[in-house]
Amino acid sequence: MTDASSLPLFPHRHLLGIRDLSPADIELLLDRADRAVSISRQSEKKTSTLRGRTQINLFYEASTRTQSSFELAGKRLGADVMNMSVASSSVKKGETLIDTAMTLNAMRPDILIIRHQSAGAAALLAQKVGCSVVNAGDGAHEHPTQALLDALTIRRAKGPLSKLIVAICGDILHSRVARSNIMLLNALGAQVRVVAPSTLLPAGIDRMGVIVSRSMAEGLKDADVVMMLRLQRERMEGAFVPSIREYFRYFGLDAEKLKAAKEDALVMHPGPMNRGVEIASEIADGPQSVIQEQVEMGVAVRMAVMQALLDPRRNQEGRGA
Amino acid sequence: MSVTVFNKARIVDPSRGVDEIGAVIVDGRRIAAAGKAALNQGAPEGAVVIDCAGKTIIPGLIDARVFIGEPGGEHRETIASASVAAAAGGVTSIVMMPDTNPVIDNVALVEFVLRTARDTASVNIFPAAAITKGLDGREMTEFGLLREAGAVAFTDGRHTIANALVMRRALTYARDFGSVIAHETQDADLASAGVMNEGLYASWLGLSGIPREAELVPLERDLALARLTGGAYHAAKISTAMAVGAVSRAKADGANVTAGVAIHNLSLNENDVGEYRTFFRLTPPLRAEDDRLAMVEAIKDGTIDIIVSSHDPQDVDTKRLPFADAAAGAIGLETLLGAALRLHHNGDVPLLRLVETLSTAPARLFGLPGGTLKPGGAADLTLVDLDEPWIVSESGLRSRSKNTCFEGARLQGKVLQTMVAGRTVFSA
Repeated sequence: MTDASSLPLFPHRHLLGIRDLSPADIELLLDRADRAVSISRQSEKKTSTLRGRTQINLFYEASTRTQSSFELAGKRLGADVMNMSVASSSVKKGETLIDTAMTLNAMRPDILIIRHQSAGAAALLAQKVGCSVVNAGDGAHEHPTQALLDALTIRRAKGPLSKLIVAICGDILHSRVARSNIMLLNALGAQVRVVAPSTLLPAGIDRMGVIVSRSMAEGLKDADVVMMLRLQRERMEGAFVPSIREYFRYFGLDAEKLKAAKEDALVMHPGPMNRGVEIASEIADGPQSVIQEQVEMGVAVRMAVMQALLDPRRNQEGRGA
Repeated sequence: MSVTVFNKARIVDPSRGVDEIGAVIVDGRRIAAAGKAALNQGAPEGAVVIDCAGKTIIPGLIDARVFIGEPGGEHRETIASASVAAAAGGVTSIVMMPDTNPVIDNVALVEFVLRTARDTASVNIFPAAAITKGLDGREMTEFGLLREAGAVAFTDGRHTIANALVMRRALTYARDFGSVIAHETQDADLASAGVMNEGLYASWLGLSGIPREAELVPLERDLALARLTGGAYHAAKISTAMAVGAVSRAKADGANVTAGVAIHNLSLNENDVGEYRTFFRLTPPLRAEDDRLAMVEAIKDGTIDIIVSSHDPQDVDTKRLPFADAAAGAIGLETLLGAALRLHHNGDVPLLRLVETLSTAPARLFGLPGGTLKPGGAADLTLVDLDEPWIVSESGLRSRSKNTCFEGARLQGKVLQTMVAGRTVFSA
């Protein structure tokens, strides 16, 4: 592993959201992640950076992709990783988030990764535990490692993000991925557009630093990156949009709509995909798709985040209460 | 009978339009005199004379919207603990909401409340009974019998009656008994899973918003029904400029309509939610600053008649949760006066008008005794130092629950003594 001491110290104890990060913080994490990519590409993938450290994954929402990505990231750094499966724990028996947090805290973990259905859950946890906390998605609030892995994927393909045109399409209203990405992309100077039916846009979207468009042709015009968001099934059967058919007709990404974007535009999706709903299979598996790279970058970004938070140079200051 | 003379106090009595330096003489349970003329009256033998120079006497506050946990939620608040908190806040009468377990929707429960209050409370407790049985918005309760038993008003508490026909009949039937229907309006479908004011701030926090229209839509319906029926309708807790407009139009039409606002919607705005501070999760939610200013204006111009604490004790179990999972509500009895006096100190609302909204107006609106310092009336009064600053601290609060929105707040105006029917129930 390359020498981490050459990198500046990450000035935060937790990663709760992109909102807390400066552009320099973001670049620092991306630089670290770049180095982590090479570890994952070696045949010997295990390092000892976090040897002896304990990582607990506390996932209140099922998420195969994110949870295994964090697990693998921890293991590749040499940490001991424990998965708290909510379905089979006392959480099911009505234990509150804070009680669970206190219990886990007593086991002296070094880092807690939390995914929760309620906005603000990660911040609440961070107030109550003595270790670092990483937000792996809290309600419709933030999903910072997703935004970071998206940025890393873009940066590796397109270079610096400033001046790039990024179109985020689909269910902006319920999406933590969209919120984190809007903040990160703006921080790095990209032009952000959102494309969605008005029923899937949050109040005040026009003041969130984006250009709003209700048509893919307009929103994707000359875009360097097209980010598709997942649309939950229960939201596309009359509640927010009338039908899958109609949604795909106007907002599903197919070859025709993608033509509006730059020829070499990247197509991204945080997964899991609804093929034929928000994205056509031919596009998801097509030459412009970097969906698999996103998954690979996910592991690297999570390694970088955990290294940065558990930087041994910080440890000399001792563990906070 | 003992006599107490509050000498050289500033007397603020909106019921008589009085704001003057004078004396208040309390003889036994009643006020014998209150005003300039009483200054030189001379105290009878054995009277307790209190020098109140620089202090102010106002009629005891009447808080027309208080949620108490008894029966059913005594760990949050009892009638006794609420009354201790009220006394410390200068509140001498409480209108208690029927959202208890069991619900106050029958005569036996009204009697239970009055009996418990008589035995354990130091301030006046006036129960409001449910409009509909079980607060479920369907069948009317026995307005006549409940009124006879002592219910002072009808309200479904935190609940909004969805069915317009039920509301029409309630307004019509209550009119026969001279009863007020007090209603909080929040459309359940429009509010949906909302937990704070809809807008940019909620959007960034990833919290579902409650649009202002969720308050307005059922309110407009109710106001139309009040016009139709001639029934007395009280919009219990409005929070938006558009609701003020609706109430104002209904009043101009001559409808028998009044409105109230919670102190939180006069003092705070949505930004106070900060980083998911669950004590600021309220119903109606804290709105934008424009709405808060509209509330202040409406208090001043009389569109809004009364200010309530909407005291709603919640314990750790219901508040130490992620924001969207936490219960709504905040306590307010002990901070009502101090928070309201901000409006006086910063010149927004004249003192006489402010005291009126906290005391005289709610007494008139719900037909309660008090709200006045008129000679002959019950000696329910509050001695306050309008200028004394204090800092709210959770540990100093007497309420059994500590979910205050004013933790650490600097308030100006401290209650020094509270008297209910001539008995001192609090002294600082």
